[in-house]
Amino acid sequence: MSTEALLEVRGLRITATRPHEVDLVCDVSFEVAAGEMLAVVGESGAGKSITARAVLGLLPAGMRVSGSVRFDGEELVGASDAVYRKLWGHRMAFVPQDALSVLSPVHTVGDQLALAVRSVRGVGRKAALERAVDALDRVGIADAARRARAYPHEFSGGMRQRAVIAMATVNDPDLVVADEPTTALDPTIQARILDMLDTLRERAGMAVVLVTHDLAVAAAHADRVLVMYAGRHVESGPVHRVLREPRAPYTAGLLASLPPRHAESRYLPAMPGAPATTGSLPAGCAFAPRCPAAADSCTRHEPEPAEWQDGHWASCHRLAELPRRTTDLFVGTTA
Amino acid sequence: MTAPLLEVRDLVVRYPARGRRTSPVLAVDRISFTVAAGETLALVGESGSGKSSTAAAVLMLRKPEGGSVRFGGRELTTVEEPELRTLRRGFQPVFQDPYGSLSPRKTVFDAVAEPLRVQCRWDSATGPARVAELLDLVHLDRSVVRRLPHELSGGQCQRVGIARALASEPRLLVLDEPVSALDPSVRAGVINLFTELQDSLGLAQLFICHDLALVRHVAHRVAVLHRGRIVESGPARQVCDAPTHDYTRELLSSVPDPDRLTAR
Repeated sequence: MSTEALLEVRGLRITATRPHEVDLVCDVSFEVAAGEMLAVVGESGAGKSITARAVLGLLPAGMRVSGSVRFDGEELVGASDAVYRKLWGHRMAFVPQDALSVLSPVHTVGDQLALAVRSVRGVGRKAALERAVDALDRVGIADAARRARAYPHEFSGGMRQRAVIAMATVNDPDLVVADEPTTALDPTIQARILDMLDTLRERAGMAVVLVTHDLAVAAAHADRVLVMYAGRHVESGPVHRVLREPRAPYTAGLLASLPPRHAESRYLPAMPGAPATTGSLPAGCAFAPRCPAAADSCTRHEPEPAEWQDGHWASCHRLAELPRRTTDLFVGTTA
Repeated sequence: MTAPLLEVRDLVVRYPARGRRTSPVLAVDRISFTVAAGETLALVGESGSGKSSTAAAVLMLRKPEGGSVRFGGRELTTVEEPELRTLRRGFQPVFQDPYGSLSPRKTVFDAVAEPLRVQCRWDSATGPARVAELLDLVHLDRSVVRRLPHELSGGQCQRVGIARALASEPRLLVLDEPVSALDPSVRAGVINLFTELQDSLGLAQLFICHDLALVRHVAHRVAVLHRGRIVESGPARQVCDAPTHDYTRELLSSVPDPDRLTAR
């Protein structure tokens, strides 16, 4: 673990205040160093997207944030928009899932990128456009100078997503937060875009927070992983540790239910039930109703994150009693 | 060997040009395949490869421009309504979007009863029991019958969709990306349901999917579509473990391997 984290999140809590108070994210902590990729993994309702947006100060109205978000030493919880405005697009940038939602349909891709450059740097129109073309070239758009004159609707889905990544990275930010940037794309294009993010990371020392529901994507690209369930920390640590020797039953269940390469049975180990939603959480551990290892104590109070091995944390009451291969917990479950 | 349940030959699907500046799109270009009773054939490929167009043509939701689709020995392309409606009971779809496939204003009970009512097979004495039986088949708790789709999880909605398809007592399910929109933790359960229904009811399945790891697990045979043509086909394990076509190799190399993931 690096001594100086670029982004340090401690005890993050996000509360929806309307129509009544609900904690959407509760006591989540993580950090990201320069050049590192953290994958935030979870299913719908896990609070991963809202966590990503909270880091950037981009939460919708009616949400209250507490805890601490420190970016390069500066506390951002409670910071004014003026503080954020100095960071947005310049030092931290956002890549959403739906590229069309951030691209204007009435301006060319090149003009939009150039505007992003000029909003941060005092350069002329021509210099900004040159920088925009460079950024498009960097994300692998062929014939970038010509393509910069095209409109978003003339781009394919994969190219639009590249254009959005180009826009996010055009000012060489220190941190990029990407919310499911490849979910809507075909697997071959997904692989290319994630490879490209890796290259940018290596070349410019950019840190990336990647929000995804796909464990395989996390395994292939991230350095560290944070698994969330119902707005809570489930497990976190170096990606090869967490995914090779998962300690939390939820992580183990996700891994066990992936189609195996060598299967004796045509049936996959499956978790019963559906992901818990923060509006109606059970008492105690949110995963307990679906957990094959749940005991009475699990329904009484919420588990706290505990360190299993250096840097590998898991939130589970039964951490010490679980089998060595936690994926075995799900063998024979075909719900 | 007995005749296959579904036999598609030289199927062509073309979308007309929109306006003067575009040309017609040839979505499916003379493809042929068969599905036997009790068998799962997977169609794989990227978006735009013609998978869903093929499904729509097999379901006769879009009349193919050319070729033949034979189901249980009957040629479907020349059959007109209302006869087609009767034949359709034999092959039923399950779509990708679990919420979009259900009416937001119909309860689970009404959604599952609807096919029976439409087909004039509803009997107020036995109907409710049949609905309950269908819900059991898809492992939905009977307590959900009075709920509306927005009160259900994605996995539950998809099970309602499957129960609706089963209400017609089909011999073939056409599954168009049936688990792609589901959360990872509920995906395996729905996949197991398809396997179970195949084992217990002998259903044939045309399984459209872009996830090759999944296809390798669930399908007996695979056909790989690329730009509207089948570029490779064969037993699922063989195609996924030893692909011969460059496009199949590219598709496979972009799939993160779960074994590599756990054994790294």
